[in-house]
Amino acid sequence: MNSNWIKIKNNSKISLLDIPILDISDLRIEIISLCRGSVSVENGCINGFRPVGFFGKDWGRGDTRLFVVLSDDKNGVFYVSSALFKAGIREYDSITPEIPAFHIFEREFFEEFGIKPKDHPWLKPLRKNQDDYKFFEMDGEEIHQVAVGPIHAGVIEPGHFRFMCNGETVYHLEIMLGYQHRGVESLMVQRSSNRLAESICGDSVIAYNLAYSRLMETVKGISVSSKAQLIRLLALEMERAAIHIGDLGAIAGDIAYLMGTSVFGATRTLVINTMLEFSGSRFGRGLITLGGVNFDIDDDKIQRAKKTFDKVEKDVCRMVKTMLKNSSVVSRLEKTGTVSTERAAEIGLVGLAARASGLNTDSRFDFPDKYFNILNAERIHLKGTGDVNARFKIRYKEILQSFSIIGKIFDKLKEYEKEPVNCGYEVLSKENAKDVFAISVVEGWRGEVVHIAMTDGTGRLTRYKIKDPSFNNWYGLALAVRNNGVSDFPLCNKSFNLSYCGCDL
Amino acid sequence: MFDTLKSRIFQGNQFIKDIEQAPMREQFRGLPVLKNSNCDNCGRCEKICPTGALEFNPLRIDMGKCTFCGDCKNVCAKNAINFSNFYKLASSSREGLIIDERTTKELYEKTAIEVKNEIVSMFSRSLKLRQVSAGGCNGCELELNATSNVNFDMGRFGIDFVASPRHADGLVITGPVTKNMAYALEDCFLATPNPKIVILCGACAISGGVFQDSSELNREFFEKHPVDLYIPGCPVHPLTFINGVLGYIRGKKKERK
Ligand code: SF4
Ligand code: SF4
Repeated sequence: MNSNWIKIKNNSKISLLDIPILDISDLRIEIISLCRGSVSVENGCINGFRPVGFFGKDWGRGDTRLFVVLSDDKNGVFYVSSALFKAGIREYDSITPEIPAFHIFEREFFEEFGIKPKDHPWLKPLRKNQDDYKFFEMDGEEIHQVAVGPIHAGVIEPGHFRFMCNGETVYHLEIMLGYQHRGVESLMVQRSSNRLAESICGDSVIAYNLAYSRLMETVKGISVSSKAQLIRLLALEMERAAIHIGDLGAIAGDIAYLMGTSVFGATRTLVINTMLEFSGSRFGRGLITLGGVNFDIDDDKIQRAKKTFDKVEKDVCRMVKTMLKNSSVVSRLEKTGTVSTERAAEIGLVGLAARASGLNTDSRFDFPDKYFNILNAERIHLKGTGDVNARFKIRYKEILQSFSIIGKIFDKLKEYEKEPVNCGYEVLSKENAKDVFAISVVEGWRGEVVHIAMTDGTGRLTRYKIKDPSFNNWYGLALAVRNNGVSDFPLCNKSFNLSYCGCDL
Repeated sequence: MFDTLKSRIFQGNQFIKDIEQAPMREQFRGLPVLKNSNCDNCGRCEKICPTGALEFNPLRIDMGKCTFCGDCKNVCAKNAINFSNFYKLASSSREGLIIDERTTKELYEKTAIEVKNEIVSMFSRSLKLRQVSAGGCNGCELELNATSNVNFDMGRFGIDFVASPRHADGLVITGPVTKNMAYALEDCFLATPNPKIVILCGACAISGGVFQDSSELNREFFEKHPVDLYIPGCPVHPLTFINGVLGYIRGKKKERK
């Protein structure tokens, strides 16, 4: 630690004026020396820091300020620094050749501010219209291309996939996104709300709304009752369990094991219908608000939910065990779509996919809050083989983990029975702190959801930055399908289940 | 083998028998119930509404914009706004989605969907749909997928999602239609053979929803092509979707033979 960086904890704020401004070449050297270790792994922990934020902000008179946030997972802190690009400076030396995990961050920064990372190996567009983009091509007698999307066969979000195949085998996959770009970050600056936050990525309603709420509560200095905090964590784990169960069903569907699809599908319904009972929406929309939550959960509901979740847990266990006893199932999952531990660390995978590849990152444990700590949850230990099988099993384990956390939350809620669940309507008009930089990271079911906010000297929100776990992980999918059959692509894709809108924003 | 059978037996039958009378949990926020006489014109509801769906004095809610978030109800100190759990919200006209104090569920159910004979004669037994997500957040998409699961099992009514627009009788659009998806949506529409219907699913598709002020949208599609059915929600509940489509292609149960 030196004066080139300032440390910040999760869910906290620092003064914007305290963030060091370095020369870009110095900042680059700093970043590389801190992140260099991140390509080596020891017992599942990466040795260096990894990027969670690398984004620009218009700094007036044509200047651009680049903010960098690195995560020190071992010590649970973030390092923040910045560099100023004067109007005339349009390029800098790319960091990606040294630290590959920066590749997509630098592409984003280039696309938004036009400042070019020199010698970036693959400086292609990220979100803007890409009609003229020339795909990476391979040559050879037997090589052929398969193009899929933006509209896919199923009912899913749009994205384009271009495969370079030799017969059945995929040599290379290029993923082109941006179709979902709705300009969310600038909408957040114009008029942020819990409802907009929920709609950024509608399969992670709770994770996004929680990150937004915690962030704005930090910026505004609002404190939230213990009861509301616990209900929020409850909802987060329910979301995780529900989506994971649905994904087990989707994986089963892609290997044509329809029994699994039906059972997991029906089981997921039970979880999201409980969410409906808690919040009036199957995905928990409308539950979380600034200052707390909108709905109390009484003992009646808790008892009913406990019963339901017992059944769900049993059904899931029975079905997973049945599946894994079936050799024709296992042979489809094992060694399909593998990302090795080293590769995962190198390209900066996060969340579930990283854990399946043997990295031990989980922001719930790396950056815990007070309420998660009192629940005494335990990390999952799984031999991360990095294939579809590992991503299947880690989902199963996380479902069990979530239900165990949920059980503990139900018990804890009794202690806070008398507390209010929110601070009322007036809290919404509370002023933002002036000149601050705040960060909130929530471990959604896919991985870390990062929200960062900045205000100016009048307390106006001037920048809102979001990073979805899919932002890091799409490239992992592209690597996973190499040397697999092209017909296994749907299976690999489902095993990652990445977000299009979370990446496109 | 025996394990598989056991799992099957433990599951029992999951499907909802009568989809038109399916019960709904009371907490579900469906058709709003408004009461002007309680309202003291404080304006909090209008201020908090994230989509500008609500007006007061007199109270009106545009369900084409509404996200059913319930914030208006939560901030109303006078209990003038409530939500019933009535889920048959689809309407065949855009204006039909705007409701006021006089709207009751009986009235809404009767008038919201105008049944057309040519549609009924063409599609009542089989309707194949192509879904296009044009900026949809995956909320509506998840719920549309759920319509085909073992609980809702929409396929039994002859309504299915198909992989190609060439096989489809209509489009189901979700999302506010981003600039980057506008041409793909148009292409998909053109690739669908006539006669075809267009169904808008969710607040985003109907009005832009929470994204209506974004500069990254391109909603020209709706200036060019007529829409058959509007299905409100954020996201749309599977029962809302299935009943909406069934109502449009088959008419009301009692009027059916
Ligand atoms: S429920 Fe509908 S009308 Fe009420 S605040 Fe939410 S979006 Fe607006
Ligand atoms: S209407 Fe709501 S759930 Fe549907 S796509 Fe839009 S934001 Fe998502």
